[in-house]
Amino acid sequence: MSTTLETKKNVAIMFAGDSGDGIQLTGTQFTDTAALLGNDISTFPNFPAEIRAPQGTLAGVSGYQLHFGSVEIFTPGDGCDVLVVMNAAALKANLKGLHTGGIIIANTDGFDIKNLKLAKYPDGVNPLKDGSLEKFKVYEIDVTKMTRTALADSGMGTKEIDRSKNMFVLGFIYWMYNRDMSNSIAFLQEKFKKRPDLIEANLKVLKAGYNYGETTETFNARYEVKAAKMQKGEYRNIMGNQAAALGLIAAANKSNLSLFYGTYPITPASDILHELAKYKNFGIRTFQAEDEIAAVCSTIGASFGGSLGVTASSGPGIALKGEAIGLATMLEIPLVICNIQRGGPSTGLPTKTEQADLLQAMYGRNGEGPVAIISASTPSDCFDTAYEACRIAVEHMTPVFFLSDGYIANGSEPWIFPSAKDLKPIKVDYAKARNPEDAKFLPYKRDEKLVRPWAIPGTKGLEHRVGGIEKENETGNISYDPDNHELMVNLRAQKIERIADYIPLQQIDNGPAKGKLLILGWGSTYGSIKTAVIEALSEGYEVAHAHVRYLNPFPKNLGQILSNYDTVLMPEINSGQLIKMVRDKYLIPAIGFNKVKGMPFTSTEIKNKIVELLK
Amino acid sequence: METQQAALSAKDFVTDQDVRWCPGCGDYSILKQVQTVLPDLGIPRENIVFVSGIGCSSRFPYYMETFGMHSIHGRATAVASGLKATRPELSVWIVSGDGDSMSIGGNHLIHLLRRNFDVNLLIFNNEIYGLTKGQYSPASPEGKITKSSPMGSIDHPFNPAALALGADATFFARSMDRDPIHLREILKRSNAHKGSSVVEIYQNCNVFNDGAFEVFTEKGTKKMETLFVETGKPLLFGEGQNKGIKLDGFTPRVVDLTSGESANDLWIHDERDRVKAQILSRFFDDPKKENHLPRPFGIFYQEDRFCYEDALNAQIEDAVKAKGKGDLDALLRGKNTWSIN
Repeated sequence: MSTTLETKKNVAIMFAGDSGDGIQLTGTQFTDTAALLGNDISTFPNFPAEIRAPQGTLAGVSGYQLHFGSVEIFTPGDGCDVLVVMNAAALKANLKGLHTGGIIIANTDGFDIKNLKLAKYPDGVNPLKDGSLEKFKVYEIDVTKMTRTALADSGMGTKEIDRSKNMFVLGFIYWMYNRDMSNSIAFLQEKFKKRPDLIEANLKVLKAGYNYGETTETFNARYEVKAAKMQKGEYRNIMGNQAAALGLIAAANKSNLSLFYGTYPITPASDILHELAKYKNFGIRTFQAEDEIAAVCSTIGASFGGSLGVTASSGPGIALKGEAIGLATMLEIPLVICNIQRGGPSTGLPTKTEQADLLQAMYGRNGEGPVAIISASTPSDCFDTAYEACRIAVEHMTPVFFLSDGYIANGSEPWIFPSAKDLKPIKVDYAKARNPEDAKFLPYKRDEKLVRPWAIPGTKGLEHRVGGIEKENETGNISYDPDNHELMVNLRAQKIERIADYIPLQQIDNGPAKGKLLILGWGSTYGSIKTAVIEALSEGYEVAHAHVRYLNPFPKNLGQILSNYDTVLMPEINSGQLIKMVRDKYLIPAIGFNKVKGMPFTSTEIKNKIVELLK
Repeated sequence: METQQAALSAKDFVTDQDVRWCPGCGDYSILKQVQTVLPDLGIPRENIVFVSGIGCSSRFPYYMETFGMHSIHGRATAVASGLKATRPELSVWIVSGDGDSMSIGGNHLIHLLRRNFDVNLLIFNNEIYGLTKGQYSPASPEGKITKSSPMGSIDHPFNPAALALGADATFFARSMDRDPIHLREILKRSNAHKGSSVVEIYQNCNVFNDGAFEVFTEKGTKKMETLFVETGKPLLFGEGQNKGIKLDGFTPRVVDLTSGESANDLWIHDERDRVKAQILSRFFDDPKKENHLPRPFGIFYQEDRFCYEDALNAQIEDAVKAKGKGDLDALLRGKNTWSIN
């Protein structure tokens, strides 16, 4: 039998099936192997909102998209080249993302009458049989039957056998992309080390899938994706929420503070809690509070006591935390608030992504309670951004919002991990003990950064009271004096503004420093914008890309940068939020480009917009 | 340094701020008793923290020369939880009112109690909203006429003792502003208890709810209406302790000791007895009702149960023992790495 080996620069595969089909595991295994083989990668899982939606239904479809290549990869892919479906619902839910000419690998057992009906195909219609898929290459495999045959003499029950179906698919895809399976073999050996029978069964099915590709004459094309020319260094794969957790741990470690993480479970932020809860040996105290308000208030208590206080949630929970965040602006103590954004308003779209909580972070408190805001742009950037949020919080004694979103929180990419010694130092000095003969302690006396001392309980001579009532300047005593109130409002605002002196200047990510068009993005749109701008530049368009991490205060040179371009285009996964802040501050006629579908921008959408504006 | 601490007196706990409660407010007495008791506890002043919510009582920290936080409405318990979880060596006191602790802060109250952080929670109960000028509170009796209930409140009130015991509080006591000696004793016992200690303090709001507790404080009625409980002693009350409480199965009955009933048959208080504490917590009748039981004061119940902060810190120690102290570089590296040269 002759098979051809075609070399591809980049491939996007969508694995889709029932939420019980082990799709996420199949996807992450293939991803880890791709990463270890030197491909650049980007992934995005697409979970159903329901935990166990009825089997076989559209609501129960779980997906995992992987984009890997021998070129630099910045997004999980606008669509996919290969769609692996375990049942009819998975096909129906994902077909529109498959590129024309793409490959469908279908588990035929998932296309029986029952599954077709659950997927709401009309009676008698089977997409595998009716010619509707003729624009694609369809490979039909009865995965269920093959798996059962492979394990026929294993002595295992059918139900248990069927759980290994995903290994058959994984093995087959490994064959198709000419990949070494040793990483997955080692993984299975570790995962089931207490159940040798399961190791044997899973390996058998994995190899059966691989051999099926090798021996069946149906498949005559194999593909190869060579290693990417990536920046030299040592890599690991990392997901956004995991990176955020590591960033917090690293910040606590470098500042010699103990980390207190007060939170209440909410999608898509909970994985940070799960991650941190594993690392008690780092002295981390995770506190699963009774509600969102207790989560932030307990964190304020911990921070008052001298811990690095971090709370996290998503939009609905942040709304509940609003009053307490206002308290922290009055107390002027460090507080990091992670908002892993999701579709809103209200409960909105819990498992979908959106960038619609920026104005909530900026203004979502009664009175004028300014806070610092920074945002992560990629999964691995969650590390640096979370770390930086902690640095600003403790060095400037202020609440800091760390904004991420469901797209990068659950997405993953290769990361050149730093070594502890190379991380930026974080300077923390608690106020020192005083003797009775020393001058009276002034808890609201400020330094050159306008920052007050962090005077923690247990320090002799620093006994003082703080609270949410307006403070008298310097003494911190209650004051209702009109002039003092205005002074304090201004001081709190200036303190946040002054952070701009202690953050890096804005850089241009790509493209000319002056010219016709600047794409100004923030957060998780980074990958799509980057990909689109690289393409447009290669086609001769005069376009540049800047991505803002520091959203409040802005970097000092941002206004200058904006004035260097004829047009500023601002893509956001909302109806236009950063654009309001930019127009307000710099009085420029920036153009919004908005999408509010719970889905990220595709790079094609951005590219088309660039072409439209520059033609 | 030791001697310096021993030399602390009540006035060392007084701040330079003017106390701004209404003249005649019961809060003054409570403040005085707390300031009087603290020097005897042997705790360095800098290790004491008062955390409050919102309400008249919650101004308390401003008047205590210790560390303090006047937080937001209902959340002092949550703030204190985070503080105690991270700084177990501190002596943490929460000052709250009936509205602050049982209405807006009701959720945090019950969760504080089940977790059993080692803190002292003083609930100043005046059965009214004072700071907002006189609306009924979750502790106001049914039918209470207030600005927001001109035809009488139709809210059934909380019974703080039953609420606390229902949430598995490990210490509950009741005292009152007008009985300084008793209050001081209860404060000391509350501090000595390891775990969340709830002290409900009947406190007169002389502006918006004057006389709410006068049957328990005035000479003419006090003896008949109050029942001071002490472990090991029979439940006695009345003029010359002439009445007692007997348990008839699970039903408490008032007996008259002058008509041949023996004091030996009376209910002997045991603050470690959970079942009896539950019954005692139900001595909550409207004093106007006929054949009502007297209102108990003193320590209803206490038990020893592990504190959240101790368990949390034990887990950290166990994790360090099992895995070694966290190595940041190993953590950042993870399990699977590859190199590009």
